[in-house]
Amino acid sequence: MLENDALSRILYIDLTRRRSWVEDRPELFESGLGGTGVGIQLLNEECPKGADPLGVENPIIFAVGPLTGLFPMASKTVAIFKSPHTGNLGESHSGGRSANAIRLAGYGAVVIRGASESPIYLAIHGDDVRFRDASALWGMHSCFTVGRIIREREPGAGIRTIMRIGRAGERMVSYSCVTMETYRHFGRLGLGAVFGSKKLKAILFSGKHSVPVKNKREYIKIYDRIFQSAIEKPTKKYRELGTSENILPLNELGGLPTRNLKQSRFENAGNISGEKFAQDYLGRRIACTHCPAGCIHLAALRQPYKDEPYFYKTSMMSYDYEPIYALGSMLGISEIPDLLKLLEVVENYAIDAMSTGVILAWATEAMEKQLVSKKETAGVALNWGNYVSYIQAVENIVEGTTDFYKALGKGLDYATEKYGGSDFALTFGGNEMAGYHTGPATHIGSLVGARHSHLDNGGYSIDQKVLLSQTLTPEDLAGMLMKDEQSRQILSSLVVCFFARGVYTPQIIVEALKMAGFEFTEDKLNQLGVKILSEKYKFKFREGFNPEKLRIPKRIMDTVSPVGNLDEKFIRDTIKSYMSKVL
Amino acid sequence: MFACARRSGQGGLSQSRIGIKSKSGIENGFAVIVCRACEDPSCLKVCPTDALKLKSSGGVSFNSNKCIGCERCVTACPIGAVFWDGEINKPMICIACGYCASFCPCNVIAIEEVPQEVVNA
Repeated sequence: MLENDALSRILYIDLTRRRSWVEDRPELFESGLGGTGVGIQLLNEECPKGADPLGVENPIIFAVGPLTGLFPMASKTVAIFKSPHTGNLGESHSGGRSANAIRLAGYGAVVIRGASESPIYLAIHGDDVRFRDASALWGMHSCFTVGRIIREREPGAGIRTIMRIGRAGERMVSYSCVTMETYRHFGRLGLGAVFGSKKLKAILFSGKHSVPVKNKREYIKIYDRIFQSAIEKPTKKYRELGTSENILPLNELGGLPTRNLKQSRFENAGNISGEKFAQDYLGRRIACTHCPAGCIHLAALRQPYKDEPYFYKTSMMSYDYEPIYALGSMLGISEIPDLLKLLEVVENYAIDAMSTGVILAWATEAMEKQLVSKKETAGVALNWGNYVSYIQAVENIVEGTTDFYKALGKGLDYATEKYGGSDFALTFGGNEMAGYHTGPATHIGSLVGARHSHLDNGGYSIDQKVLLSQTLTPEDLAGMLMKDEQSRQILSSLVVCFFARGVYTPQIIVEALKMAGFEFTEDKLNQLGVKILSEKYKFKFREGFNPEKLRIPKRIMDTVSPVGNLDEKFIRDTIKSYMSKVL
Repeated sequence: MFACARRSGQGGLSQSRIGIKSKSGIENGFAVIVCRACEDPSCLKVCPTDALKLKSSGGVSFNSNKCIGCERCVTACPIGAVFWDGEINKPMICIACGYCASFCPCNVIAIEEVPQEVVNA
């Protein structure tokens, strides 16, 4: 790497002693690039074996990469921690302004240790690190309000990120998220609860440093090539309808989980499709910093006040494929306003929309099957499509009003231990499923997964592109999943958004890295991908990961997928083959 | 912002002469902050060393050798279009080159020749 690049600076923050310092560690970045590759090394250093995810010993690590601040769509930050949701490796990715703000504040990674005794937020403006009292922000109902207050109190408009938690994180719901720039999230695996356990309400980073390049002329040339590619075909679908364009094709294919995956087609999919959202509710399209694709779609929901004519409030909510699946088809919700009202509550509390939807879907079926009654649900009658009941349930989960809701606040694996119903509890490796019932590959990828950007793997793509037209042996499928996953470790170490995977070919990555002072060949990159993935599995095994004991929800075998009924033996054989390639 | 800084052969943002920020929250959209090439610029009036001069073609030229880094120009510009490079302690003044416009995928910004008589109309 280049000698004068601040990427090698790691900001350490000790919340217990309220101290911070910087260590210069170029070797970490030379061996791991950044993002996931550096994050996993820091996690190994910082997180003791068997650490309590909500204890002071669990660190929070953020890492960006050498392409951040230099090239378009290198706009993601990787958060690494031990997950309170699964009790194992926690990795979550987010965009917004986070990556550029951290990099241009002068850091390649941030390590947060310890815990504060009272609520605080961190304001990090370049080298200036402040521990600010957040007592007045603690307990606030809306995460939107917390963002607004910090925005008004702190400088750095336009060049800052404000990561914050909501009430769910404060109360340590195990799948609470960290929200930034109002609409982006470290969504999965409960980083919000880890913040909450440390009484850390928010972190702001701002900065506008320069980033050096090896050769100015070459840099501009390569930049222009990447930029042209980024505004053309590979990102077109993300820009126009956004990820929600997948609702109709997935539904037609029979891979859209519906009503807790009792079905894989939703009869009202047309009502909550990307096309319908765009036509009737799309209020604005925005982008993460330094991204010409601009995949973020905001819906405008106009709601009248009950007692006053011609008096409305209009809320803006970001929508994507996954929240539409989890809070829409999975719950049988057929109308966009109903879905958005539920989503607004989920966003207010800052809780993972995907896990929330899957948990509510399970709870609805558990009521149908009389595993639980209104006694457990505090009088709430959960039934498909009834968004009002789901809003009440979310409030109850966050506030932990009954033992049942307290259990739901720890995820489905925990809840089913107490209440049964594991056959239809759609968790994989302790995490609730993503919106794909496309075939075996997506589920296997989630079972063995070692990352959680929003889902665990590219298996959904193998299901659709390969398994629909040909059969594979477990060994072949395991090999494909493994190869795809190894290559994605490089993207998540650079850190490039996965939506730019068609732009950042191995050759482009080699050329771009050269400008940041990293000499790589395509072969060396492949080897690094293998190494990073292996490091992550070492951590997972250390923390008790046992592939032989993975629970495969019976429901995925019962409900037909686009490639036919799934076979448990095939899934287990593929897992075995996959793991033999890891070790 | 990144295009502007890149024009000087750097990544990052310290040399950027254009700013983008949300209008009190991202849900309200974004404001582009860039020099309007005023006829009677506030920045120039407060410069104690004549480092800033009016250009006949519009806008302001900046003489780095004369600048003492007092930041008065930054404070004086009512629209906040004088940016500051904290690494060299000098203002970043837009030169209206239009490089940024070619990297705006949504065509929000454009470079146009404006006849002198309609400047600031």
